[in-house]
Amino acid sequence: MLRAFGLGAILFIFWLLLSGHYTPMLIGFGLGSCGLIVYLAMRMDLVDHEGVPLQLGGRFWVYFPWLMKEIFIANVNVARVILNPKLPISPVVTHFRASQKSDLGKTIYANSITLTPGTITTSIEGQDLEIHALTLKDIDGREEDEMDHRVSWVESGSRGNS
Amino acid sequence: MIDLILEVLSWISILGGIFFMIVGTVGIVRMPDVYTRLHAAGMTDTMGAGLLLLGMCFQAGPTLVLVRLVLIYAFLLFTSPISTHALASAALSGGVEPYTVPVDRSGKLNSLNGEQNF
Repeated sequence: MLRAFGLGAILFIFWLLLSGHYTPMLIGFGLGSCGLIVYLAMRMDLVDHEGVPLQLGGRFWVYFPWLMKEIFIANVNVARVILNPKLPISPVVTHFRASQKSDLGKTIYANSITLTPGTITTSIEGQDLEIHALTLKDIDGREEDEMDHRVSWVESGSRGNS
Repeated sequence: MIDLILEVLSWISILGGIFFMIVGTVGIVRMPDVYTRLHAAGMTDTMGAGLLLLGMCFQAGPTLVLVRLVLIYAFLLFTSPISTHALASAALSGGVEPYTVPVDRSGKLNSLNGEQNF
């Protein structure tokens, strides 16, 4: 129930930010459509720990700036590889272990890996991630291990109540 | 004064975004196969579009437009890894072999302008 209210509140804030018109009629339309969407989402059984991951809460916003920093560093590295006349690539397919327990945690980890240029998650089976990397240097394991720990930390904010 | 600083930051971001867009495009042309091209394409999503939007944020100032630009980037961050992953796994299940760099006799990796085998 808390998740349903959370979803409604987020949708309504989203409506207010996108509309920019604050007349009673338009705000009423916003409330109406948000209510309808929450009702439909509940009927479709989408309001759970995956559809409305409120349990991640503040921890995601600690993880996010770090991810941005990693994305920046990886982008500069890939740009240097591309601009190097020799094109020093050594593509490799490898496997990593994900330590996350929930599907949501694994998805955050896999998407973080894909967002970081130089590494792409091609498949997930159980705890095993298959990674395609642009250069051998991209998968020396240090960044990935740290990312794995951090995503597990983000995920563990949810343990128990999900 | 503050206007001038914002203007300079905005230009730096936008020019940086253009730079990463161009490098990503050059990468798509230079890379040998679909998987390595995806790495180059990922640059235009994260850094290219990101810096362009950041530059536009500096131009917009503290308005609703700023919020919308941030939301555009948020949606990009959610959708782009999914499309990249879908492309890569479609190529894998379609049986496209990932390109690997040939190894010479001394065990050293040749770079692309060495012997090519594709």
